[in-house]
Amino acid sequence: MIGFTLNGTLVEVAAPPTERLSETLRERLGKTGTKVGCDAGDCGACTVLVDGKAVCACLTPAARVAGCAVTTVEGETPELSRLRASFHAHGAAQCGICTPGMLITAADLLTRVAQPSAEEVETALGGVLCRCTGYRSIIAAVVAAGQGQAAQTPEGAVGAAIPRIDGAAKVAGDSFGADEWPEGSLVVKAIRSPHPHSEFTFGDLAAFRARPGVVAIFTVADIPGRNAFSVIPPFADQPAIAASPARFRGECVAIVAFEPEVEPDLSGFPITWTPLSPLVTPAEAETGALMHPNRPGNLLIEGRVIKGDAAQALAGSAHVVQGEMTTVFVEHAYIEPEAGAAWMDGDTLVIRACTQAPGMDREDTAAILGLPLDRVRIIPSAVGGGFGSKLDISLQPLIGLVALKTGRPCRMVYTRQESMTSTTKRHPAEMRGRIGCDAMGRITGMEFQGRFNTGAYSSWGPTVANRVPVHVSGPYFTPAITAKARAIHTHGPVSGAFRGFGVPQGALWQETLYDRLAEKAGLDRLEFRILNALRDGDASATGHLLQATGIHECLVALRPHWTRALTEAKAQPGRGVGIASCWYGCGNTALPNPSTIRIGLSTAGEVVLHQGATDIGQGSNTVIAQIASEALGLPLSAFRLIGPDTGLTPDAGKTSASRQTYVTGRAAKAAAEKLRAELLRRANAGEGASLRLEPGSVIVSDGGKTTRIDLATLAPDANGHALSCEASYDPPTKPLDQNGQGAPYAVYGYGAQMVELAVDRALGTVKLLKITAAHDVGRAINPMLVRGQIEGGIAQGIGMALMEEYLPGRTENLHDYLIPTFGDVPPIESLIIEVPDPEGPFGAKGLGEHVLIPTAPAILNAIRHATGAAITRVPALPHRVLEAMR
Amino acid sequence: MPDFARPSTVDEASRLLAAGGWRVLAGGTDLYPGAGRGLAGPVLDVTALPGFSKIEMAKGLRIGAAVSWSSIAEARLPPALRALQQAARQIGGRQVQNAGTIGGNLCNASPAADGVPPLLAMDADVELVSEAGLRRLPLQDFVLGPRRTALREGEVLAAVLVPEAGLAGQSGFVKLGARLHLVISIAMAAVRLEVTGGVIDRAAVAVGACSPVARRLPAVEAALIGAGVCQAVERVRAGDVEAALSPIDDIRATAAYRREAAVELVRRAVVEAVA
Repeated sequence: MIGFTLNGTLVEVAAPPTERLSETLRERLGKTGTKVGCDAGDCGACTVLVDGKAVCACLTPAARVAGCAVTTVEGETPELSRLRASFHAHGAAQCGICTPGMLITAADLLTRVAQPSAEEVETALGGVLCRCTGYRSIIAAVVAAGQGQAAQTPEGAVGAAIPRIDGAAKVAGDSFGADEWPEGSLVVKAIRSPHPHSEFTFGDLAAFRARPGVVAIFTVADIPGRNAFSVIPPFADQPAIAASPARFRGECVAIVAFEPEVEPDLSGFPITWTPLSPLVTPAEAETGALMHPNRPGNLLIEGRVIKGDAAQALAGSAHVVQGEMTTVFVEHAYIEPEAGAAWMDGDTLVIRACTQAPGMDREDTAAILGLPLDRVRIIPSAVGGGFGSKLDISLQPLIGLVALKTGRPCRMVYTRQESMTSTTKRHPAEMRGRIGCDAMGRITGMEFQGRFNTGAYSSWGPTVANRVPVHVSGPYFTPAITAKARAIHTHGPVSGAFRGFGVPQGALWQETLYDRLAEKAGLDRLEFRILNALRDGDASATGHLLQATGIHECLVALRPHWTRALTEAKAQPGRGVGIASCWYGCGNTALPNPSTIRIGLSTAGEVVLHQGATDIGQGSNTVIAQIASEALGLPLSAFRLIGPDTGLTPDAGKTSASRQTYVTGRAAKAAAEKLRAELLRRANAGEGASLRLEPGSVIVSDGGKTTRIDLATLAPDANGHALSCEASYDPPTKPLDQNGQGAPYAVYGYGAQMVELAVDRALGTVKLLKITAAHDVGRAINPMLVRGQIEGGIAQGIGMALMEEYLPGRTENLHDYLIPTFGDVPPIESLIIEVPDPEGPFGAKGLGEHVLIPTAPAILNAIRHATGAAITRVPALPHRVLEAMR
Repeated sequence: MPDFARPSTVDEASRLLAAGGWRVLAGGTDLYPGAGRGLAGPVLDVTALPGFSKIEMAKGLRIGAAVSWSSIAEARLPPALRALQQAARQIGGRQVQNAGTIGGNLCNASPAADGVPPLLAMDADVELVSEAGLRRLPLQDFVLGPRRTALREGEVLAAVLVPEAGLAGQSGFVKLGARLHLVISIAMAAVRLEVTGGVIDRAAVAVGACSPVARRLPAVEAALIGAGVCQAVERVRAGDVEAALSPIDDIRATAAYRREAAVELVRRAVVEAVA
């Protein structure tokens, strides 16, 4: 027995002496507030205090804390209380998975240094990784907590910077995929391919099955339904459990369910691997053996946009630049590895797991398991970061299969390595082409060719291939364009969705070339962009006549910053300033993507919002509620949220494509307006009437007239609502023709970012000094959440530019795969631009992906400004920068 | 044989270790990554052993093998140990510094171990204990290669010993990585200089992550002797640095880059040492 004080209470626990303390706390003592992100001391999510000192619980032997005082996020200390309030008020918790580790580490700091400076916070918290916030809000929150500033929490609906309405849970240690499971759940583990391409045969499975504690083994032979899924159903090609041969390293080929009390030991699993030679690069793959018989040249798809005669336009241009850009696999590196639990509720399979797309999970899982849709219910857990990779199913069919076949509840938690090897990546891109302009600097035409490594299966490859040509002009008027993007299969990891669907890669190519074109034309780089910025009424590359184009405003807003920065940079050697723009269409590309929202009034007089848009940290729980509150005319404090849960909430689509604020927001606005209209009709009141809630009733005041609607007397519907309305919204788009002409999106967002940095000319290292980001969001429904998205997107853009490269077999952990830490994200100034879009709810546009797009090219442009070195391959690791300088 | 032991005397530890088969546990920061729910196999925890967690001055400096990096960073130590203290603050994050130990860093024998170059620059020895008694080895004879040390079966690293001569002068450490915190070094350099009247009398220079084991750079040291503090940097010749190193290409950098960066790092560590 190991005895210690846990959050002030004496506990005794029978744990093996070298058991990880994180395991002991979570599994034996039920304290799941301590999160596990890597089991290697690389992320700091599991930080606890042992006798006041911050340590990683995953590296601490349980026996070591005997007689000690252990503090977890469940504890109450004066420092933790102040920090919790401050994190909440500053928006310092987005998804919330790193938050317990951050809070505990900060509590350690505050006990040593009562009023730390920003620099002290940065150093002290440097051992905890966050993938959402970009760290700046966390620094601000800890500094403020040290100074004892009272946390300001404004109130209001649209336009108010209110703290997230699910924020209290985030700062208490929220319940993620790994944090809840039914009693007695089996533990599911996967056997995965150690090779990128390999045949395999099983040995004596029955003998392994007979080992103590092994309950079941399932292979491809056990899949009852269609063993092929894809986020885009016509391309369904990926097996939940693969038949031989495995097509990428990390692919699941079998699963084993263990009794909960045994150590799940896969050693000696009877499988024989016969490695085959893999197709590693798209160049090899184009002429290699086919990975999927119906895809000649291993070509998944080619996307194209052709408008006018680009070759002729370039031939007649005063200036033409030509260039190439290469990018690599980028890992999402959310701190929460995939995790969840599954159980049978009567005939219904229930899956509670982290996800960005409960509706799609349900469809795919039902198809794989051969179940009708109404026998699968998906309950998203809190999601510890997604960024695109949790759109695709991962463990859902695996745990679903175990629950279905054994009838017993089960759970599965991916290891960090499993998460990194088996889930999707950002597409590596090889891009080249030319851009021209006239003597005045006006863009005349563009030719672009991109080859994208889409990995073993389709996933979001088609979306990337279509998005890139549509966006590769950037937000600039381009009269003639020929842009083609091919997605090629290889035996690499599956490339899927990652914040921007290929557009960030394209922007690296186009924005670095625009800098060179501006120079040739003799124009300032910012003024070149202002000159060419899309304006209302301009036709996009797809021939779409645009409205509410905010790029001009974004660029103009940067002008004074640009002038200042250039002057400052001139004075100091090694300093550089760079700029890049973005635009991004919100929602699916020329395909339907409806959202439905239900809003009701309970007989008790609460507003009940059935909110099916998965909040992965970006803030849809708060934003959708703010929109509904504004449209309904009742305060947010009267709202109760239900869902997401496919059993309780109508489908609000997936959290991707920067669509939730816009698309689900429109549905929420429409549903709330319907409910308001119903209330006004019942009160026979006019549009300008005001609403107020009292217990069990709504009071409608219209001029001097007041009407009470007694909710308790109305017959409740199936959801227990006295009154209820539902509304759907689907963006009005026009399909793209064979030349990519059409109106693929109804709403676009715009932005531009300016980077100031210093390059160490001897070592090639880059120090970022400041990033100024202007983003046109149409209407900032919640300015604090907008800033949070901007800062977090920038942090990921920094990683893409300077350090991130996923190499299968080599960077499958968070110390070889580097993401930005506290010290790598400079101060960020956000300029929120509001050019309202008539189609958006209260004018709002999407933002989630836009924020990442300009960062990396702006960094490369600043490096070139500082050194003259043109980087054409990211990440710009120090050795590559130094080489480019030669 | 029990699965776990946390002996409280060195004799007991030696006796247990003599039976063989133990994994020695100190801070756990290198043992736990890659493990399952807990550590496999019989584990001997050295953190309760007397002297293992102490820093003592007696005929030089004795740093117990289980002293954590944060203890080293926060200790009041002579200026010669500044390089070690600077390294201590850059090993992992605070969590790892609170747990990870100097002895573990040496026994793990990573070519990129940040603790090694400063200790080499201080002419440190290691003290090894077994049932057969004490053994003292110069550090460069202890770390033999990647993941390879001179530890014999039944032997445990008890302390790092810095002789009085190694405590003279002042030192500096410079680390290079692709991000600011939590980063495995691309390369790093430690320099200790003894300066009299503005002139360098003795120099100790070591570079890590540019050879299978971090190395001293005798040619650079020789060139520094007799230099005025202000001219010291100019005395660091690229050829002298590069000749001592044998870097490799890996995910973090190319060999060519490391060779070049090492020169710059040594120069900066010289500046750091005289700062």
